[in-house]
Amino acid sequence: MDAAQLTQQMINGLTLGSLYALIAIGYTMVYGILRLINFAHGDVLMVGCYFAWFGAVQFGLPWWVALMGSMALTAALGVLIDQGAYRPLRRAPRISALITAIGVSFFLENLGLVVFGSRPKAFARPEIFNHIYQWGEVRVLSLSIWVPILTAVILAGLLLFIHRTRTGMAMRALSRDLVTVQLMGIDPNRIVAATFALGSALAAAGGVFWAMKYPQINPLMGVLPGLKAFVAAVLGGIGNVTGAMLGGLLLGMTEIMLVALLPELAGYRDALAFILLIAILIFRPSGIMGQELPE
Amino acid sequence: MKRLLMMLGLAALVLGGSAARANEPVKLGVVYPMTGPAAVYGQNGLRGLKLAQEHRPTVLGRPVKLFIADNKSDKVEASNAANRVIQKDEVCALIGCLTSSNTMAAAPVAEKAGVPMLSPWATNPLATQGKKNIFRICFIDPFQGAVAAKFARDNLKAKSAALMIDISQDYCVGIAGFFERAFTKLGGKVVLKTHYNTGDQDFSAQLGAIQAAKPDIIYMPGYFTEDALIARQARELGLKQPLLSGDAAQADELIKIGGPAVEGLYFTTHFDEQGVTTASGKRFVAAYRKAYKEAPDSVSALSYDAYNALLDAMERAGSIEPAKVVPALEQTKDFQGVTGVLTLVNHNAIKPAVLLQVKDGKFAYVATVNP
Repeated sequence: MDAAQLTQQMINGLTLGSLYALIAIGYTMVYGILRLINFAHGDVLMVGCYFAWFGAVQFGLPWWVALMGSMALTAALGVLIDQGAYRPLRRAPRISALITAIGVSFFLENLGLVVFGSRPKAFARPEIFNHIYQWGEVRVLSLSIWVPILTAVILAGLLLFIHRTRTGMAMRALSRDLVTVQLMGIDPNRIVAATFALGSALAAAGGVFWAMKYPQINPLMGVLPGLKAFVAAVLGGIGNVTGAMLGGLLLGMTEIMLVALLPELAGYRDALAFILLIAILIFRPSGIMGQELPE
Repeated sequence: MKRLLMMLGLAALVLGGSAARANEPVKLGVVYPMTGPAAVYGQNGLRGLKLAQEHRPTVLGRPVKLFIADNKSDKVEASNAANRVIQKDEVCALIGCLTSSNTMAAAPVAEKAGVPMLSPWATNPLATQGKKNIFRICFIDPFQGAVAAKFARDNLKAKSAALMIDISQDYCVGIAGFFERAFTKLGGKVVLKTHYNTGDQDFSAQLGAIQAAKPDIIYMPGYFTEDALIARQARELGLKQPLLSGDAAQADELIKIGGPAVEGLYFTTHFDEQGVTTASGKRFVAAYRKAYKEAPDSVSALSYDAYNALLDAMERAGSIEPAKVVPALEQTKDFQGVTGVLTLVNHNAIKPAVLLQVKDGKFAYVATVNP
């Protein structure tokens, strides 16, 4: 492998990693605040993609309008899921909520199969993201430049929101103690709803960019990015949004480099991701950012 | 008088009984992938079956009833679904599965139950090998892979090839092996073999490795979704090699998802409406276009043929008993199908392959290759 090819593969890794990171941020945020591994995150992402698809492809809206609309609708969906599935279990053992999350995931997948059909749909990539820059032998899609920037902006915005706004502070308080915050005059249901709205909107954003990069959507498309984002979130230290970003980048880079250096082993790529997850759980359960407390 | 009445009554009972039996439907199980990565094949295949049933609703004077079971494009589910229709719905024969992996998973169930199973589309040779009740009406991959290899050597003038193999599909692993064997025999060289799994979406690393190996062509006999994504990413990375795929590429979604990137992609397959020669084929194409407003693909045509070949065998056997239908299926000879004239040899069909190319956003006919 010469230098150009190595650079190209590193860019490939960065592209994939930043997509994982974008999805993992929402995943980990919900966990950090609610201590709930929301296994339905990938499927919420899928629904978000369909909303955007209806907007952009069916109704011909500009991509950013479709994206905003999809984020708003998916946020509403997140609140709805919380109201219907998680709220009755707020005081139940954590494992009950976890199993419910898996149930929600299956429900969304099968609902998607019924409503949207199982044939994959082609997703459009807007012109601005479709440009290819070329330096020598190295080629970069403009989307691959935008995604890391966007991920960083979202990360910064999220950190600001959590640390600087009253709702953000309430979220952090709630993550420590559900009962005590009620004594402080905070309505936990409102805060939890806000968390889900935000998490789902982030899932929609992640999903739309994922679908722009890999332009096909189907009702089961959320499973793989969901799992990978989960691995990324655990890698980074689940509950920690900065960690999720690092975890995503590390995971993407590792996957690409394995295949790049040993193309014969490419079939074991997912296995590698999960071996990485197991190793992290054994040797450093708190992840890269290694702190016990959530953001 | 009393005796006569009794006789009449008995006769009525017997006649009534046989009349009820004559109206009793012939139950056929259809185990197709209606959801999952192979869903498009299952849904198109079912269109072909529905059309076949519409054209020929009865066999041996009894109505045909289809019991459709979704195998979810999954091996375990394929075996479960076959079990379900055999045990619960008590079907007398199975049509399916479509993909090689699913067919190979469901085959032991049909073998054990002694029910004949006819696959329209499973091309991996192992699907019928050593099986008593399993048949197929398509060609097998040693042939399909060789056709692709010959085309790559003779027409595309390729000296070297890189293979992109979906290791979760028996079809892909099998055909890639047969391609490699034939391509090497014809003096070509396989410079790189790299893998992925069904459902993968990022192929940039594999394509980067292929770029470094500088092959003349890329052979990637995968499902249409993966083929479309590979083609797009290959072009984005600046790979300009001709792309060559197999029969699983034939779905409109290949072009919808792949867009300009799949333009020029070649693939081997079973059927194209321009290659139709038989009268039944022309009738099928017209009916399909009328009903679904698009050109029929291989899976729908093969499903149509599978239904008719099965019913023909039942009629020759004069029975729907599996023990009689299996030998009748074995003797299938000169069956006038939509996909050509068909004779089963060792449970497999010997048939020509069709080469297609994506041209101006459509599948264009290139050639027919005889075995």
